[in-house]
Amino acid sequence: MSRASTAAHSVGEATPAGKALAAALVIGYALITMVPLVWIVLTGFKSPPDSIAYPPKVVFEPTLEGYVNLFTTRSRQTEAYIESLGPPQTWYEELVRKRNMVITGPSRFAGRYMNSIIIGFGSTFLAVFLGTLAAYAFSRFKVPLKDDLLFFILSTRMMPPIAVAIPIYLMYRTLGLSDTALGMILLYTAVNVSLAVWLLKGFVDEIPREYEEAAVIDGYTRLQAFWKVVLPQMRAGIAATAIFCLIFAWNEYAFALLLTSGTAQTAPPFIPIIIGEGGLDWPAVAAGTTLFLLPIVVFTVVLRNQLLRGITFGAVRK
Amino acid sequence: MAEIRVRNLHKAFGPFTAVGDVSFTIADGEFFVMLGPSGCGKTTTLRMIAGLEMPSAGSIHIGGEDVTMLRGAKRDIAFVFQLFALYPHMNVRQNISFPLRVQGFPRREIRARTDEVARILRIDHLLDRPLGGLSSGDRQRVALGRALVRRAKAFLLDEPLGALDAEFRELMCEELRLLHKRVGATSVYVTHDQIEAMAMADRVCVMDKGAVLQIGRPIEVYDRPATRFVAGFIGSPSMNFLPADGGLPAGSEVIRVPGGTVAIPRLHEALTSPDAVLGARPEHTRLCADGPLRGRVINVDYLGARQLITVDTGAGRLRVRADNTVRVGTGETVGIGFRTESLVVFDTVTDRAVRSTLFDGAVHG
Repeated sequence: MSRASTAAHSVGEATPAGKALAAALVIGYALITMVPLVWIVLTGFKSPPDSIAYPPKVVFEPTLEGYVNLFTTRSRQTEAYIESLGPPQTWYEELVRKRNMVITGPSRFAGRYMNSIIIGFGSTFLAVFLGTLAAYAFSRFKVPLKDDLLFFILSTRMMPPIAVAIPIYLMYRTLGLSDTALGMILLYTAVNVSLAVWLLKGFVDEIPREYEEAAVIDGYTRLQAFWKVVLPQMRAGIAATAIFCLIFAWNEYAFALLLTSGTAQTAPPFIPIIIGEGGLDWPAVAAGTTLFLLPIVVFTVVLRNQLLRGITFGAVRK
Repeated sequence: MAEIRVRNLHKAFGPFTAVGDVSFTIADGEFFVMLGPSGCGKTTTLRMIAGLEMPSAGSIHIGGEDVTMLRGAKRDIAFVFQLFALYPHMNVRQNISFPLRVQGFPRREIRARTDEVARILRIDHLLDRPLGGLSSGDRQRVALGRALVRRAKAFLLDEPLGALDAEFRELMCEELRLLHKRVGATSVYVTHDQIEAMAMADRVCVMDKGAVLQIGRPIEVYDRPATRFVAGFIGSPSMNFLPADGGLPAGSEVIRVPGGTVAIPRLHEALTSPDAVLGARPEHTRLCADGPLRGRVINVDYLGARQLITVDTGAGRLRVRADNTVRVGTGETVGIGFRTESLVVFDTVTDRAVRSTLFDGAVHG
């Protein structure tokens, strides 16, 4: 066999050197992408002076001050006043009083975070739900103008959603959807549903019709066949689609900044404007960012097997 | 168990006619094979019997009941798909018992019937396995099990062996035949493989371009093909077709082909078309010095028990099946003789076989 033909077959076994090189590349890439994340997580545990120290501190004394500041509002008081309050009741009060401050109440972070969860998961559920039904219909039924409709659905993604920000802003103001969770859920669903339809249609197409036909002959109705036979086989695809939708809705910043303020504001526009004394409270911002990252990380880890299958699904014909 | 009666069944997909005016009756307990090339309408016909497609016109009766407009679930039939269509998220037992569970049978009976079917198919040791590790033969058995467990009125099988390896196919072919003997259910079996059809069928129904060309026992379809298509589709190697002169009156016993005159079974009807085609299977052709045709041997395939000799004659290229004792070399000039009583003459206008003594006593469905 010639050299050329062995090279062509190199898809098979990797040499030890090749494996080492691949590992080095992966580790190098992981380091580059992980450094900012690690920095954010560390900053969350720094005290405000440490967080802005120059040169930056890599070794520092960890404190939960950032997290306390994230969840509370505080006001500066005189030492005399603080002493008159008596000994602090809780560990976080103690932490705050060291800086001559008292807690005056909870911050709005918990509420914003809750908004993110409601809007993120709500729109993801809605987009995947609608997407699944639409994808099934497009895949299985004779839909008039099917190709044109599919193209239209795709075309809604052809410009950045923010390009229509002003019409949507005006529309929402008229409809009374501005600064409501419902409005944000509908908006993110509208953006995500096209992605969901297209992704899920691919998954439904891969499931042979015979499954439903067999189920129908064995006594199911069409809807039961869809529910009990098709849906279980779409699990991987639905998980993958849900992750993509959730990541978009969770991270969306521009519309959230524009359309929400008092009641329905999500975490992304809120976190960067956490003001401390004399400017941004970096440890609180970092703490908020860390907490903000968690749901996506957990969601992805929980569904990672489904996700891997989902993303590679259809690449190889079985 | 039931008789299946199909009357003037018609199915069009837009301007395309998939099945045009098809009628036949399948007797109770019969193994009926629908044979034809892909796109001939056999699968569409089967799917209409199953209720997976609605006919554009015509009627279907199963066991005397008009089921034309009933949906599949109400027809009490079992269907075996080419790709098995086993539910991947269920194990073997769950797959086999699925139809019973859907219909809400008591748990004890589901268990008993599933076990029984698994025993018949010899997959009882696999019942609690997932489908993942099963061979294609075992998967096919599970698919059959899911059909058998219903004790349905009829079995419909859509190329059930199409996805199997050649060696498995032969084995399953035999098993299916034995299974049918044992269960005795009316079965409709769709295939494009003529060898499978000939081996398994009580009766074969040959279809092409949405029409039924001939229905009969395998031997009838083979020996007395009704049309040129049937003659060419069934048999391997396929029948030789020689151009011949048409315009023969009823009672003729010879036909002219380029390079000679060949004796044929006496015609019962006149052959009106100006041109005709003479059909002769390779085994009805032999090498003989005083034969009516002469030609030059261009190839000899030695097949062990037999050999297949290809000869160029004035009437075109012929294949002759000969015993392995015949000694002949490429390039030799040989004479070719025919077994007169087995020859078929086709009208080139209608492509139908002309009635002759060959068809005496034949039953045509």
